[in-house]
Amino acid sequence: MELSEHLFRHEAGRMVATLTRIFGVHNLALAEDVVQEAFCRALEVWKFRGVPENPSAWLMTTAKNRALDVLRRERTARTFAPELTRQLESEWTLAPTVEVEFAAAAIKDDALRMMFSCCNPLLSEEAQVALILHILCGFSVDEIASAFVGSHAAVEKRIVRSKKVLAGSKKLFDISGAEDFARRLPAVQRALYLLFNEGYHGASPEKAVRVELCQEAKRLTSLLLKNALGATPSTYALAALISLNAARLPARLDTSGNLTSLADQDRSQFDQALAQEGLRLLERSATGPELTDYHVEAAIAWVHTSAERTEDTDWAMIISLYDKLMALRPSPIVALNRAIAIAQREGPQRGLEEIQAIQDSERLAKYPFYHAALGELEIGSGHLEDAREHFVVALKLARNPMERSFFEQRITLCK
Amino acid sequence: MNEFVFLYRGGQAGRSPEQAQQMMQKWMAWFKELAENGHVKDRGQPLERAGKLVNGKRKIVTDGPFAEAKDLVGGYTLILAKDLDEAAELSKGCPILEVDGQVEVRPVMKLNM
Repeated sequence: MELSEHLFRHEAGRMVATLTRIFGVHNLALAEDVVQEAFCRALEVWKFRGVPENPSAWLMTTAKNRALDVLRRERTARTFAPELTRQLESEWTLAPTVEVEFAAAAIKDDALRMMFSCCNPLLSEEAQVALILHILCGFSVDEIASAFVGSHAAVEKRIVRSKKVLAGSKKLFDISGAEDFARRLPAVQRALYLLFNEGYHGASPEKAVRVELCQEAKRLTSLLLKNALGATPSTYALAALISLNAARLPARLDTSGNLTSLADQDRSQFDQALAQEGLRLLERSATGPELTDYHVEAAIAWVHTSAERTEDTDWAMIISLYDKLMALRPSPIVALNRAIAIAQREGPQRGLEEIQAIQDSERLAKYPFYHAALGELEIGSGHLEDAREHFVVALKLARNPMERSFFEQRITLCK
Repeated sequence: MNEFVFLYRGGQAGRSPEQAQQMMQKWMAWFKELAENGHVKDRGQPLERAGKLVNGKRKIVTDGPFAEAKDLVGGYTLILAKDLDEAAELSKGCPILEVDGQVEVRPVMKLNM
């Protein structure tokens, strides 16, 4: 029996969510200890006896038995989940209650409940994303630090602080109330969007890490879609944008892991199954009057994905979509992407004008691809000397070896 | 072929689920290779950490052993090898060595009658 990829990570998330439901959110650390013990035990036993037929069920049962021990041993010393207190007090109801909480349907809800609890408004968006990665996706502090190019100390501080806020929230988020659910949903969607973006555009030098972040965003979004209250048009749009962009991920990096520019991407590497799934999700998102930035971004991704060659791209459509996006969620990055699309359609000179017209462009000053975009357009205009200067700035701002070698190549090209 | 016992001592579990899974996969790969080359007589068993110690003529039973984690035997395997040198060589592939663990290689005593 082979272990499926990232099985332990995913099970860690499920187990912590379920244990926290029983122990109460204030006992988050206790839940994490029980999970850690379950993995130690799995490792010791499986080494000699082989991986069991159903490793997930084995881990869950081990966690459940440990939970029963803890509940029996500590029920006088600790308080557990307030809504379960009475059932956990009596030996008659203890085991059946724990059994119910570990049933498959309950476990699915637990993950969603934890996702909503992590998106606590007291936490910054970055902290919410880090917390989701840590608790629901089972990433260690080191693994998160390598994904976000933060120092271990900074990431650890952020996670410890966020866990305190979560543990101090008295109760897990109640996902059964339609009104509360709808109010918290945008924050959850946003966190999943940021998680995906970190994987797709992020600065981590490691290709594998980035693909994993994208996969996690996709996995958690589909969890949201399985819930009746979560399956809104905007969630479908978010899922569509994730699938459609992820379909292009294999082409964004060449075989040696280097970044490739849009024009050089090998489109035969696009993941057609993902693209089709994305299109289906996009169609499902088009019910009701709501048009969110996720809808627009998904549509942009679809136009890119469906063009057979870069020069076949419907740039007029992309420009009009970016106009919509600017109206819904204006940002210098969106404006930059719009300017690049205009350059594709109306020539590099027009693109440069549009970039110069960007408001708040100083907020792009540290973004290497802002300078790289200027460089590309200067190449297009035949101003190699100017282009070179822009790429030299981009090189200084590069965040990882992949970006560095990409800009170095461009500089060589300008000689 | 002669019989040997591998006793596994200490070794730390991975700090993250991903590390734990990778450790698991290394053990499986190692055992698979040993088995394919006909070196595994019995894959063996894991041992619980907590047990009892029974001592002396008075047969006093105490909880234990409370040795340090690094000295505790966590399991054993019965290995077939040509001689002690080969058995020791085989033990070098054990993943426990990557996480501060130790393999004790002991020949099973032979009765030459």
